[in-house]
Amino acid sequence: MTGFIIRRLLVTVITVLGAMILLFVILQLIPGDFASVVLGPRATPDIIESFRIKMGLDQPIYVQLFNFIFNAIQGDLGQDVLSHLPVRILILQVLPHTIVLALTSIVVAALLGIPLGAYAAAFKGSWVDRVLGVISISAITIPSFLAGLLALLIFSVYLQWFPAMGAGQSGNIADQIYHLVLPASALALGWVGYLARIMRASMLDEMTEDYVRTARSKGLKESVVVFKHALRGALIPVIAVIGVGFGNLLGGAVLIEIIFHRPGLGYLIYTAIRTRNYPIVQGGLIIAVILYSLANLLADLSYGSIDPRVRSE
Amino acid sequence: MRRIIKKLLAEPLAIAGVVIIIFILLVAIFAPFIATHDPQSTFPANRLQPPSRDNWMGTDNLGRDTFSRVVFGTRIALLVSLLAISFATLLGLTFGIISGFAGGKIDSAFLIFFDIIKSFPALLLAITIIAITGPSLPMLIIIIGITRFPAYSRLVRAQTLRVKGHDYILAAKALGVSVPRIMIKHLLPNVLGPVFIQAAMDIPIVITFEAGLSFLGLGVPPPTPSWGSILRTGYSFLRIAPYMVIFGGAVLMLTTLGFTLMGETLRDFLDPKLRKVV
Repeated sequence: MTGFIIRRLLVTVITVLGAMILLFVILQLIPGDFASVVLGPRATPDIIESFRIKMGLDQPIYVQLFNFIFNAIQGDLGQDVLSHLPVRILILQVLPHTIVLALTSIVVAALLGIPLGAYAAAFKGSWVDRVLGVISISAITIPSFLAGLLALLIFSVYLQWFPAMGAGQSGNIADQIYHLVLPASALALGWVGYLARIMRASMLDEMTEDYVRTARSKGLKESVVVFKHALRGALIPVIAVIGVGFGNLLGGAVLIEIIFHRPGLGYLIYTAIRTRNYPIVQGGLIIAVILYSLANLLADLSYGSIDPRVRSE
Repeated sequence: MRRIIKKLLAEPLAIAGVVIIIFILLVAIFAPFIATHDPQSTFPANRLQPPSRDNWMGTDNLGRDTFSRVVFGTRIALLVSLLAISFATLLGLTFGIISGFAGGKIDSAFLIFFDIIKSFPALLLAITIIAITGPSLPMLIIIIGITRFPAYSRLVRAQTLRVKGHDYILAAKALGVSVPRIMIKHLLPNVLGPVFIQAAMDIPIVITFEAGLSFLGLGVPPPTPSWGSILRTGYSFLRIAPYMVIFGGAVLMLTTLGFTLMGETLRDFLDPKLRKVV
């Protein structure tokens, strides 16, 4: 197991480094001179020149790449062009919002999806199972940003039950939770369906296992067999999938943050792109890649600890 | 083929999927005959109208007919998904077969390359690149293809590894058949099945992805009608004219549902092993 963990860690580090190089290359694609693009048409040649020197743009390209990676590893993600604040600080300000949004969504999805899936499996073939099946697949096929738009329209514009934008007053937990309800539900919807289906399949698999048959032959009540014995075994693959889900939700949060005007990593990168504030885009994407890779690493490790075959791959 | 059709007809959900897809395809093909207005002509005096006899789904902020825009948007959704998935498949087949066939260090390097692409949240990567290069239809197809291809490459690589030890490949090698010829004549036909399933399952994902990018104004450039751009306008006028979000959203949902239902039935049929997984 230790060997497997070290190997996976190494692959993650190489992946993140590779992603940084790729990102550096992508940003070289910006047409025209980087400094003039960032500073806009009103910048004088003097300002552009001093900006180039400050950002290290006067150096050869491989030195720029090396500095970019070296600084990023040390936690220096550059400076915001407009406010001159370190990009790291701007990211740290909004990152908790994105993580809370993604975590809440996955918890909500698990709390709803797992019981629904277990219930469907327990009553396999019944009308309850069929109805749950249709609900699950419908939930999966609704894009989360569309769910967000519809939630906004119904619960915020018409019924006015929930606020339409923002993340709530800082320090006021109740207000923040109140602002979290719609975005988190919209983001969770697809995963409710997905987890319900995985849980159902996993339960059906588990119910053919010997220990479940033993439990039945001991004369235990069917509800105890299903919800106590089979449920536990069936949960293992579902928990591993949740790890992957967290990574995906970080990506899915972008559109939800934009729709609900919520501060967050996706919203920060999106607004930075619109204002051509490339240092923020660059830093934000690095953090997004690291978070995404870490979530996938954790998912892989949890798979590995459950299923020894994964380790030898 | 007949078995596939028989199987599809035995599942009510699959029938629903096929009916939806045929409907969407017909709408795309006969869009000019179905649309009641020119989707691009503006009537400022008739802006943000609710549904009426003349404008079945209301009008947008420029007075354009939403129904006609939804109808023509079908073409963009299908075109982008078809071309982007074809591009992803092409990349996936090329890299996957080379990676699996070569093995060793080349294989490891390719695997890391796939992982690097996959380590970016796809939407953020697409937003960044399109913001730099500017939105256009070819760019959209290339970007979506690039974000999707690692899944195909891994699949093709795994299939190649499975097939390459078989006797007929070894025999071809022993007979001195060139490597490119072995790849194209012998490996390719054997890896296509799973790729086909993956492509079918990918259609709703890519349609949603394109709609998301167009929603951000980074998809097909205006005034070409696309579902994402209809939702984008609808979002701006959500309080006074919610019809664009309602109708544009409904069509998007219906289409992804249809393709998901069909994709899953095909997967179950062509690869029974996967049936249990989800």
